[in-house]
Amino acid sequence: MNNIEGDIKKKSTQELIIEGAGCASCVGKIEAILKSVNGVVNAEMNFALRTVSITGKADSNVLIKAVESIGYNAKSANEANDNQLIDEKEIADQKYYSSLMKKMWIALGLGVPLMIYSIAGGPMTVDTTLERGIWLFIGILCAAIMYFAGKHFYVGAWKSFTNHSANMDTLIALGTGTAWIYSMVVVFFPMAVPEMARHVYFEATAMIIGLIDLGLALEVKARGRTSEAIRRLIGLQAKTARVLRDEQEVDIAIEQVLLNDIVRVRPGEKIPVDGVVIEGHTSIDESMLTGEPMPAEKSEEDEVVAGTLNKSGSILFEATRVGKDTALAQIINMVKRAQNSKPPIGRLADIISAYFVPVVMIISIVSALVWLNFGPEPTLAFAVVSATTVLIIACPCALGLATPMSVMVGVGKAAEAGVLIRNGEALQTASKITAMILDKTGTITEGAPTVTDIIIADKSHTEKYILTVASSIESRSEHPLAQAIVDSAISKGIDLEDISGFQSIAGHGVEANLNNQQLLFGNQKLMLKKGVFLGEFVAKAQELADEAKTPMYLAIDNKLAAIIAVSDPIKEDSIEAINRLKANGIRVVMLTGDNRATANAVAKKVGITEVFAEVLPEDKSNKVAELQSQDEIVGMTGDGINDAPALALANVGFAIGTGTDVAIESADITLMRGSLHGLADAIAVSKATLRNIKQNLFGAFIYNVAGVPFAAGILYPLFGLLLNPVIAGAAMAFSSLTVVSNANRLRLFTPKEH
Amino acid sequence: MLIVNLLGIVLIGLIVWWFWLYKPARAVDLNEKNLIIVVNNGVYQPSKIKVEAGKKNSLKFFRKDGSPCAATVIFPDIEISEELPVNSNKTIDLPSLSPGEYSFHCPMKMYKGTLVVD
Repeated sequence: MNNIEGDIKKKSTQELIIEGAGCASCVGKIEAILKSVNGVVNAEMNFALRTVSITGKADSNVLIKAVESIGYNAKSANEANDNQLIDEKEIADQKYYSSLMKKMWIALGLGVPLMIYSIAGGPMTVDTTLERGIWLFIGILCAAIMYFAGKHFYVGAWKSFTNHSANMDTLIALGTGTAWIYSMVVVFFPMAVPEMARHVYFEATAMIIGLIDLGLALEVKARGRTSEAIRRLIGLQAKTARVLRDEQEVDIAIEQVLLNDIVRVRPGEKIPVDGVVIEGHTSIDESMLTGEPMPAEKSEEDEVVAGTLNKSGSILFEATRVGKDTALAQIINMVKRAQNSKPPIGRLADIISAYFVPVVMIISIVSALVWLNFGPEPTLAFAVVSATTVLIIACPCALGLATPMSVMVGVGKAAEAGVLIRNGEALQTASKITAMILDKTGTITEGAPTVTDIIIADKSHTEKYILTVASSIESRSEHPLAQAIVDSAISKGIDLEDISGFQSIAGHGVEANLNNQQLLFGNQKLMLKKGVFLGEFVAKAQELADEAKTPMYLAIDNKLAAIIAVSDPIKEDSIEAINRLKANGIRVVMLTGDNRATANAVAKKVGITEVFAEVLPEDKSNKVAELQSQDEIVGMTGDGINDAPALALANVGFAIGTGTDVAIESADITLMRGSLHGLADAIAVSKATLRNIKQNLFGAFIYNVAGVPFAAGILYPLFGLLLNPVIAGAAMAFSSLTVVSNANRLRLFTPKEH
Repeated sequence: MLIVNLLGIVLIGLIVWWFWLYKPARAVDLNEKNLIIVVNNGVYQPSKIKVEAGKKNSLKFFRKDGSPCAATVIFPDIEISEELPVNSNKTIDLPSLSPGEYSFHCPMKMYKGTLVVD
């Protein structure tokens, strides 16, 4: 409770949105009632926005009730959570869609009959007084339609104009406005217009407005589908959590779960926040986040991740990350950000769109002038038609939508496969990778090595003593193989002993002291450096290495005591995934700090021919640079912790995660699933997305480049062809829809796991 | 005919001046009382906002336009991309910025604005 109270005290200003306040005089009433609420210092209403900002310490529910008591509706303007946002967005989109559809029917209601009349050969000219009267009536009707069905175009155009910018609204407003004004001039002053040019274009104005409203409405629907992936991710969040408070289990809203709360999750329920299991055992389906189809077994001390599904058992866990800090929240955030970032390929379109609309306006004027100067009679009518058609057919939207729509779908698609792409640039570069460096441990292999062999060199030591010494040293080491030796000792019931003088020699091994004995534990390089005689054991070590095991030498007082071999099993699908990369024409290189023989043995098993072995951690990035100097576009895959500099230097750094470590800073792309298939998927998705963007950009360019001159009448001198403005309106309305629909095609893309 | 041609050329000149050559007016200071950026009818109002350098700031947006174009605002240089719900406030926290101009826009760049940091 304390927390909630604290929250209110902290909140010194808050905002409400007022609904139903129709007149400026409501302002005083609303402000007065709010000021009368206990704790409110001041209340100020912004009538234009229908918001009121309240200073003071008061609960928002009390404030809302106060406003409602005088007959208005109010809601808190404070930020909603993702789930509410998505719901609101859907409602808003739906509202926008129905209002556009309504407008479309209004406009087509006049446009279609007029159009049919004109196609059927009805005269669209103004000669007699009766005709003038009828057309005047239709002209006024048309103006009403422009107001009711097309007001947003005109208001938008004017607002942008006053801001020195121009957009689609500008073109539509100018195009339809020109047609209408010309027609009205013909109606009012037929004598001012040459007889042959006394033609009205009311049907064009109404039809264009209707068609573009229809196009926009369909686009809203199609766009909704592009954000399907993010909506699915947001939908993974549980709404409530069952936590232990005062020794009782209570259901509370997810926002109220605090750090270190003890949370109960029963079978079939979602994990509400991130945490560590403290009681119970279960299997959890994490496929929605990692793409990993096999459920993960969880028991005490294992991490659980918000959004995943508890399958079998009931568990208690302690919340370690809540709210915006959970892995899921971070994933959602990252995907959202990436979906709206633009790959470099889209920049050209951006530059073009910055100049596009004014250029089209200029082309339209030039076209009208050319018709007036050189065109056949009636020049004025031709000039008006061509100017209008140029304005209407040009579609900056298709150009503007081409890249973002595909990125939206592509990044979402990748997220569904457990691939998190940081931004548009990473997406684009990933599609062009020519060489891929794979770290061995934890990337190609499981990263969970086990002790396989202990060969005693000095028979005065027992195996137990060797393991005691080795595990005591390794318990201090951070080397990935060290844990294997410690685990092996613990499983055999061996107690670790205190060592002193521990020193790690990077790329070689470690040295330490135990019971006045000097210990060396590491690779052949270390032994040679310290002058330890290895003799026949070099061959034994080689044999182990050839079996893809990593042999390590233990020397006691500079005398070889034993070889301990550790092996890290290769992930079962590594071979398949590496083949997928190779099938894409990518040069695959393995990188490891491990000895050459072991590295070669692993590489051979998975079908890699190029190996960088015995690479010191600090040299990993040099290897990336080395490939880059060979004009390769280099992808580097590692665990994201030891390889951070190499990942950062690579053209695209891939961090292979475990589902929870999602926000790996040094990585451009994070693979939530441990499998290398994620890597191949990431490249496949980015290739597909880039292909899609190129199709869209090509389509939008060609459409405008071909459409605008055609509309200007370039084909008229050759074939006598001049585009009807209504057809231009239809083409324009559906060109952006085509772009969005093409981007939606990406949703059907599935990377092949072969 | 000459007049018409001249008129056309003048019109073209005006377009070039108005949309490209004209430098927009002064920036509105963020510290001005209750500054809310209204998102409606294809423009951010105000669209040029002055913020102090080296300080964390927050911008308040209020979206009135239902069109999906207006739904997201992007600050490409500082990697911010936020959804703007219709008819409610949305506060966007900016990191502290070094002096310069930072643009913000909708995904299609129809809505455009500038942050002037100094």
